[in-house]
Amino acid sequence: MTLKTVVNNVAEMPTSKKAVVDINKLSLTFQTADGPVYALSDVDLTIEEGDFVSFIGPSGCGKTTLLRVIADLEQATGGEISINGVTPHEAREKRAYGYVFQAPALLPWRSIERNVTLPLEIMEISKEERVKRAQEALKLVELNGFEKKFPWQLSGGMQQRASIARALSFDADLLLMDEPFGALDEIVRDHLNEQLLKLWARTNKTVAFVTHSIPEAVYLSSKIVVMSPRPGRIIDVIETDFPKDRSLDIRETPEFLEVAHRVREGLRAGHSNDE
Amino acid sequence: MTRMKLDKFCLVAAIAALLALIFPLSGMDSETGKQIAFVGDIPGLAIAMALCVIAGAAFTWLGVRSINGGFVILAIAVFGCWQATSVLYDHGVAGHAGLGFWLFILSLWAFVWRGIDVIANFHSLDRSKQHAANLIVPVAFGVWLLFVWEVVVSGFGVPQVLLPPPSMIGERFVNSTDILAADFHQTFVKAVLSGYVMGCGSAFIIAIAVDRVPFLKRGLLPLGNMVSALPIIGVAPIMVMWFGFDWQSKAAVIVIMTFFPMLVNTVTGLNAAGKLEKDLMATYASSYWSTLFRLRLPAAMPFVFNALKINSTLALIGAIVAEFFGTPIVGMGFRISTEVGRMNIDMVWAEIALAALAGTAFYGAVAYIERKATSWHPSFRVRRH
Repeated sequence: MTLKTVVNNVAEMPTSKKAVVDINKLSLTFQTADGPVYALSDVDLTIEEGDFVSFIGPSGCGKTTLLRVIADLEQATGGEISINGVTPHEAREKRAYGYVFQAPALLPWRSIERNVTLPLEIMEISKEERVKRAQEALKLVELNGFEKKFPWQLSGGMQQRASIARALSFDADLLLMDEPFGALDEIVRDHLNEQLLKLWARTNKTVAFVTHSIPEAVYLSSKIVVMSPRPGRIIDVIETDFPKDRSLDIRETPEFLEVAHRVREGLRAGHSNDE
Repeated sequence: MTRMKLDKFCLVAAIAALLALIFPLSGMDSETGKQIAFVGDIPGLAIAMALCVIAGAAFTWLGVRSINGGFVILAIAVFGCWQATSVLYDHGVAGHAGLGFWLFILSLWAFVWRGIDVIANFHSLDRSKQHAANLIVPVAFGVWLLFVWEVVVSGFGVPQVLLPPPSMIGERFVNSTDILAADFHQTFVKAVLSGYVMGCGSAFIIAIAVDRVPFLKRGLLPLGNMVSALPIIGVAPIMVMWFGFDWQSKAAVIVIMTFFPMLVNTVTGLNAAGKLEKDLMATYASSYWSTLFRLRLPAAMPFVFNALKINSTLALIGAIVAEFFGTPIVGMGFRISTEVGRMNIDMVWAEIALAALAGTAFYGAVAYIERKATSWHPSFRVRRH
């Protein structure tokens, strides 16, 4: 295994694959009563088709904001961003991505199946097709058999899996995940990480994944984006080439520890800048 | 030897019943100067008192441990209540009740208290048994209150104009069902239901408009607040002038009363959906109406039902009060105002009882629908695995 690293010049990297997300000199400033808050500053990033990109950094570094800008839930105040060659707004209108939030955000009055079919209902897909796709999505997250249950009857981990099934149900090529396993215990988290990797290997989706766990970021990603706060910016981009069907055991290998060390160094450097 | 814990309520019951056997049952008749009734002449009452003494003493030592003990106590109390009422009316104690009689009532009170207490603390995994226990407690308590009302009013000889005994009200209720049915139809079916539907329905639709159009929120909400603050006594005669004597004017009063609670609750409810859920709908590029029907209205339902429950009682009050200001010669409010004038207080109470029944049933029906419609809400959730 080799470790390729590219620092701050990702845009110039030779690419053979199609760029799904292309970000150029992006910045976002919130105007507050206490003066402007520079949430994102001068961000350059390309996410290619089939990438699994993790965003890691301390809280306030803008990793969630960046994901929300990609999802058009937040609007950039400067720079350029395109999703599949169009603006984030157009991409959202075309339902180009599935978004998994920090909390499951399942609607309590809908059964698990009807929660998973919610986006399909909004997209006006026929009833038979909706049920069929919900079955497939629930199978992917190993939740078949729980269709008729209500969200509050499921454990936290199962609820989060249901929310992933919901994001998968309409088969968008891009999956945006905002600390989806942040609230879960480590055993459940490991299991879901394994499942997520399998899913990624099988479907060849592009995933953007926000986390603040170094092992999680290194284990899952094909590309790790290290960010630092005030102003939120990218300080390092690390590419790994672990095989797609990696197992949890790779966490014991020297390569893994080397990447983890590098991520930690990057985080530390980002921190010392403002103290 | 370990000290036994005495059951205080049963002790009170036993002692009070024992004293009841000794003290005179009733006062003197002012004309003949003789005591009206003796316990010794009335075997039924004597048996009831003796039973209370024995059971009271026994349970004082044994304690009321099981639910069966609770039922035994309640059964004895029911028998005692039956004997006490029959003494009141068949042996002329009514109006002359003495210390012995009241001591017996005290004994019964202690028994009923202990019995209800035991049943109220009953816990069973068997659903039907638990439901039965949950039902018995309020029913037993209500019946006991009616009994106390009856006994106190009859025993002290309270004038009927001040407060008739429940038996008299019940008799009047049963004997005038045709009048009550006509009044119910006029006031409840015509005025309350139509006013309630119109008031709640229009407020619901306007709440959605208010939520959609920001300037309405600033302009209309204070106006709605003002309308709700209007005194019903002042509005009712005006509505009678506008809409005539029949039910339409009462419905108008109800619309005014129910509009604001529904408006405010629905507007609040429409903002109940979380930011996360709204973001979720945005990621699906869901339209305003799609988000309204799939997310915001379902999330608003607990608030909407709150208003529906508040309004169910407000509507009945509004209709009855509005009928004081002009009505055709039928209706619950009309009946109350005319029968008070004719000193037929039992009829007034029969109407009050009808209003209480109708109001409770209406509220119960809305609460039942709420339970079915928002069974997902944390306050109603049943864990089903």
